[in-house]
Amino acid sequence: MSRIQILFQQKHKRVLNVYCTAGYPELNSTLPVMESLQANGADLIELGMPYSDPLADGPVIQQSSAIALENGMTIARLFEQLDGFRDRITVPVILMGYMNPVLQYGFERFCSDAARVGVDGLILPDLPEYEFETEYGAIIRKYGLDFIFLVTPETAEERVKKLDKLSTGFLYAVSSSSTTGSNKQMTSVQDYLQRLESYQLTNPVLVGFGIKDRESFDAACAHSNGAIIGSAYIKALEGAIDVGTATKEFLSTIV
Amino acid sequence: MQTYQQPDVHGYYGRFGGAYIPEMLHPNVEELQSRYLEIMQEPSFQLEFRDLLHDYVGRPTPLYFAKRLSAAYGTNIYLKREDLCHTGAHKINNTIGQILLAQKLGKNRIIAETGAGQHGVATATVCALKGVECIVYMGEKDIERQAPNVARMRMLGAKVVPATSGSKTLKDATNEAIRDWINNPSDTHYIIGSVVGPHPYPDMVARFQSVISEETRWQLKEKTGSELPTHVIACVGGGSNAAGAFYHFLDELTVQLVAVEAAGHGVNSGLSAATTALGKPGVLHGSKSLVMQTEDGQVVEPHSISAGLDYPGIGPLHANLFDSGRGHFLAVTDEDALRAAFDVARTEGIIPALETAHAFSALSQLSLKETDQVVICLSGRGDKDLATYMKQMEMMGI
Repeated sequence: MSRIQILFQQKHKRVLNVYCTAGYPELNSTLPVMESLQANGADLIELGMPYSDPLADGPVIQQSSAIALENGMTIARLFEQLDGFRDRITVPVILMGYMNPVLQYGFERFCSDAARVGVDGLILPDLPEYEFETEYGAIIRKYGLDFIFLVTPETAEERVKKLDKLSTGFLYAVSSSSTTGSNKQMTSVQDYLQRLESYQLTNPVLVGFGIKDRESFDAACAHSNGAIIGSAYIKALEGAIDVGTATKEFLSTIV
Repeated sequence: MQTYQQPDVHGYYGRFGGAYIPEMLHPNVEELQSRYLEIMQEPSFQLEFRDLLHDYVGRPTPLYFAKRLSAAYGTNIYLKREDLCHTGAHKINNTIGQILLAQKLGKNRIIAETGAGQHGVATATVCALKGVECIVYMGEKDIERQAPNVARMRMLGAKVVPATSGSKTLKDATNEAIRDWINNPSDTHYIIGSVVGPHPYPDMVARFQSVISEETRWQLKEKTGSELPTHVIACVGGGSNAAGAFYHFLDELTVQLVAVEAAGHGVNSGLSAATTALGKPGVLHGSKSLVMQTEDGQVVEPHSISAGLDYPGIGPLHANLFDSGRGHFLAVTDEDALRAAFDVARTEGIIPALETAHAFSALSQLSLKETDQVVICLSGRGDKDLATYMKQMEMMGI
């Protein structure tokens, strides 16, 4: 059983997944940020691998990616930073990124290195299910990594069920049709999450996009297993003198 | 039979293509995938598309035998005059098709990306024609560089939105347009300007542009008695005019297809846009193709004097032509393109777009015979490049 599956066995409600960008705000912030997330209540960490053209991301995460790249962050450097991180961090860790840098690194080499350092799962939003089924899924499974697909309010029932079957770990429910960090109202989010609940999916569901404070976290958790916070946390790190203090202050407003 | 024309059902040309999109785009892209062929084949669609191409765009565009240019190269050169299309380039063939398709899909808001502004102008034009809201994303840097086209779009009623992320040029304008589409999933159609993007865009845009080679075939037959030239030459950025000029010759293996990329300051100068020479397989803007990128897989900013060729990728149809050896790929520097523009202006009385000038310059890289029948796609006129040409004349002391 994977670290992610064990987490959801122990905790079904209000699971908190926090996104951070590797190499942000400083090149060597990656581990300190992850440690402070674990220390202050994150149940799961989604570690973003910066990319020059992050299509699904809004301005805040784009900006953090650009800074991380300027700082010199690369996938190779990330695996160096993560080497031995399991001595310090016990919560599940997911790598999130886009296909191009991963293909360039070598897809199998990437999965192998991720598994070796102790990463638990992957989110690659621009890896479609056809290519997953025909080519990449088998490699991901070979290295024992979970793979998390996204669904949105526009995703049809049949497709939600299919993506749930292909996913392991959890299913990522995007709260509204938007890029990350949007201010769209989550008015219809309860209907949507109740609909997902009624499908009796195999995987737990975490809700992401637009979760920024306790109110939106509570709303997201009402009919799901938990939520993902990204842009709001990246904003909190912006200009922070000490990432530990900034993380503690930010998460104390959520959990 | 193996075909170079159409992708497989998943959008693949050989190993390139597909639809590498986040789930947020799935409903829109899936709707297009499942409906574009059916809509394009409807008689009412065909009728309106053909009518507009004829009466509004000014098609068929002439196939002109360039006598003095032919003599200069010791061969037979025919120019497919896409520069005579309304708005001054081939781009409008595609935007006419896509605006009609958008209307069939019930979309009343149009978004587009543009680099030099030619596709933006062509999109703003068809939106004005149909009375539809139009938003064009354009890199902040390109807005500064291409003021006349920005003014044209605004005069046509389009809203021009600066893309301020990344390198603030075409690739970032494309990112912003895709993000807009993610945020507006129900009422918006995205008119991509080239044979790039997720399936079905490369195929759809190639089909709309294929009118170029459809006409070339019968026009050449009228003039020479044969439908098939020995060579078709076109410039390639993303590759829309080349896709259209090659389309009906792709599976005619006796026809040599010459794709001309922008070498910028030189293929290995670090300032180039020669994607097949410099790119590696990767994923950009929703499809797998050749992409100019760093060792770490970050997309790099290309360089070309011609904004229309200044793109770090290439359509998957062309990547497959390169990969399979079906296409012959050449690269032409800024300097050689400029020289070719002046040559053509003075030999034939035609001022070509800087993009097209690259295709003309390729003539000197080919060994052409007296019996060869060469078609060059004259994709656009040079008015938009006058500032660059004026600077060049100053340097040449003209």
